[in-house]
Amino acid sequence: MANRPISEMGLPRSIASVFAARNIRTAKDALSLTEFDLMELADMGLAEVTSALAHIGERVSPPCQTALSLLEQRVQNDQLAGHLPTGLKGLDEALFGGIPFGVVTELVGPAGIGKTQFCLKLSLSASLPTRHGGLDAQVIYIDVESKFSSQRLIEIGAKSFPEIFHMRGMAQEMAGRILVLRPASLAEFTESLQQIKILLLERRVKLLVIDSMAALASGEFEHGASKINPLGWHISFLKSVAELSRIPIVVTNQVRSQSSDEAWRYNFQVGTRRQDLEDTSKYDSHLIAALGINWAHAVTIRLILETISGERFIKVAKSPMSPALAFPFSITSSGISLLNDDGIEVAGQEISTIHCHGHSEIIHSDTLQFHRQ
Amino acid sequence: MEVERLPISAALKGKLVSAGYTSLSLLSSLSPSHLARDLNISENEALDILKYAPHDGRIDTSSGHHVINGAQTAWDMLHEEELLTRITTSSVDIDNILGGGISCGEVTEIGGVPGIGKTQLGIQLAVNVQLPIHCGGLGGKAIYIDTEGSFMVERVLQIAEACRDGMSANNTISQNVHAGQVGMQPKDFLENILYFRVCSYTEQIALINYLEKFISEHRDVKIVVIDSITFHFRQDFEDMALRTRLLSGMALKLMKLAKKFCLAVILLNQVTTKYAGGSFQLTLALGDSWSHACTNRIILYWNGNERYAYIDKSPSLRSASAPYAVTTRGIRNSVSNCKRIKLM
Repeated sequence: MANRPISEMGLPRSIASVFAARNIRTAKDALSLTEFDLMELADMGLAEVTSALAHIGERVSPPCQTALSLLEQRVQNDQLAGHLPTGLKGLDEALFGGIPFGVVTELVGPAGIGKTQFCLKLSLSASLPTRHGGLDAQVIYIDVESKFSSQRLIEIGAKSFPEIFHMRGMAQEMAGRILVLRPASLAEFTESLQQIKILLLERRVKLLVIDSMAALASGEFEHGASKINPLGWHISFLKSVAELSRIPIVVTNQVRSQSSDEAWRYNFQVGTRRQDLEDTSKYDSHLIAALGINWAHAVTIRLILETISGERFIKVAKSPMSPALAFPFSITSSGISLLNDDGIEVAGQEISTIHCHGHSEIIHSDTLQFHRQ
Repeated sequence: MEVERLPISAALKGKLVSAGYTSLSLLSSLSPSHLARDLNISENEALDILKYAPHDGRIDTSSGHHVINGAQTAWDMLHEEELLTRITTSSVDIDNILGGGISCGEVTEIGGVPGIGKTQLGIQLAVNVQLPIHCGGLGGKAIYIDTEGSFMVERVLQIAEACRDGMSANNTISQNVHAGQVGMQPKDFLENILYFRVCSYTEQIALINYLEKFISEHRDVKIVVIDSITFHFRQDFEDMALRTRLLSGMALKLMKLAKKFCLAVILLNQVTTKYAGGSFQLTLALGDSWSHACTNRIILYWNGNERYAYIDKSPSLRSASAPYAVTTRGIRNSVSNCKRIKLM
């Protein structure tokens, strides 16, 4: 809409021709100038410029809708009431049905905690026929670090949905719906996004998983990227595509350690960080999500996976609708399962901190478990 | 009497006089909707009358303030300021430090880290503005401009339901059922929120340019929430000087809008870090020049395990913090035992 030419705006002839003469060709050109700039450039008075901008503004503005009609549209058009069930009962309840359509959901946690396992199971859920609670659709899985294991996928399928997977050819059909891409760089990924967008809008693909976004971005820093916010365009694009096609997009993120001079307070707040650091240093290795605060603002839902004293938890750290709950979970042959569906309420900022105590022991024991099977 | 000299119908003149408006200077600081309610006439008729009120000093010769076009004396403005209505935030503690609630006629910026409750507060205000005046609202509609896709309709429904429950609890006590206010249902609340989804900074600027016309066609809008003002200006903006100019242009237009239609403008902002006083600190995004643009600024922050709202900038309120909570019913007072309002 922004690139629509000025000639289509229906402006008075005189103004339109002056704009054209000054190389103001599209609506975006005109709106990117301040009134003062326009007055100078086009040699027009304030009243004329203001009315021209208001006129263009009206043509380029997005349409208005009441929140009620938005709700009715969703109810009418969305499959599964606009949420993709994860199969984890407590989590699905906290998320009002599952991973929501139309927004970006982020999974963040230390290596080996289970993010990929979660994504594999979710991909299967989406590919299942509707009579089994799925979206009956294709899934695009962007596997940046080559962690996607087809064998593991089939194993999860056979153990979680035995009634489907034991039927002849179903395993092949389900696995056949999951398209795996392995971009070698952020640039390759960016290119494939355009193609992905078309598939999404054609409604054949109904889930996009990016595992992991942090790995894509970290490659850029090695090449000495000058951009402050290399994923800025990508998150905007992903959000708008999710909304337009009303599908869930799941992105995984890594953790990094927190430096001691990380910003944590405003200039009006008093007190030292030292106190907090000392209290928690017994348990944590001061982790925060990678990709920065811009990214943290941009994702709509953030699910944190962490370990506390050797136990794993998945918690809803950021969500416009959910209470701050943490659920203990374990990794089993059927993917991830919750040990407790009620969830533990987490007060305050705790919900956003990432713990990693007793984690290394877990990775070893699980690797053994998988090999045995 | 000056009113007699006005070129309006005798009926209107009669209404003016019986309502106590015997001289034109009394009309000078009124909004059309206020006058319309007072005289029980339509807003168009009120507008016609107010054309003759001494804003351009054509008729009034008693006071000398019409020397500059559009100027008002501080005394007239005092009258206006006292009439400024406020919208409740649903948290009594926050309302108290705000002098009653979010004020109309001004732009208020609300910023904080992800997950602190900015969108929650935005949605709460968009619902609360619809409440009748005796419940802390303005009986008006809301415009919600969503730049990030964080407006989740199911959550709005939840908050609206809680509002409806709160109102019916009040009604059983006060037996105060006005015609047309017989129980607002949650869906009614949703119908009064006019939603725009903005996908680029160009659309954002276009919409803000269009708002004046839109609101003049939807006079019952009493609040505009922009969630967030920041998002499209943080992604991929190469020309920072242009960004600053565009942002200040937007701020001025929004201030004009707030003043002209006497509505509240709420801008939700994100957070970034800056290096000051020897360490990295949190600060609201969009830079130093933007921080001058808004009239009021509220920062939502974590203090230990509690959410607090802090008045960072206000021309008339003192700096203070108040705790609040985000519950399934929306924004509410914090229920912790050690809550206290901190005056800075």
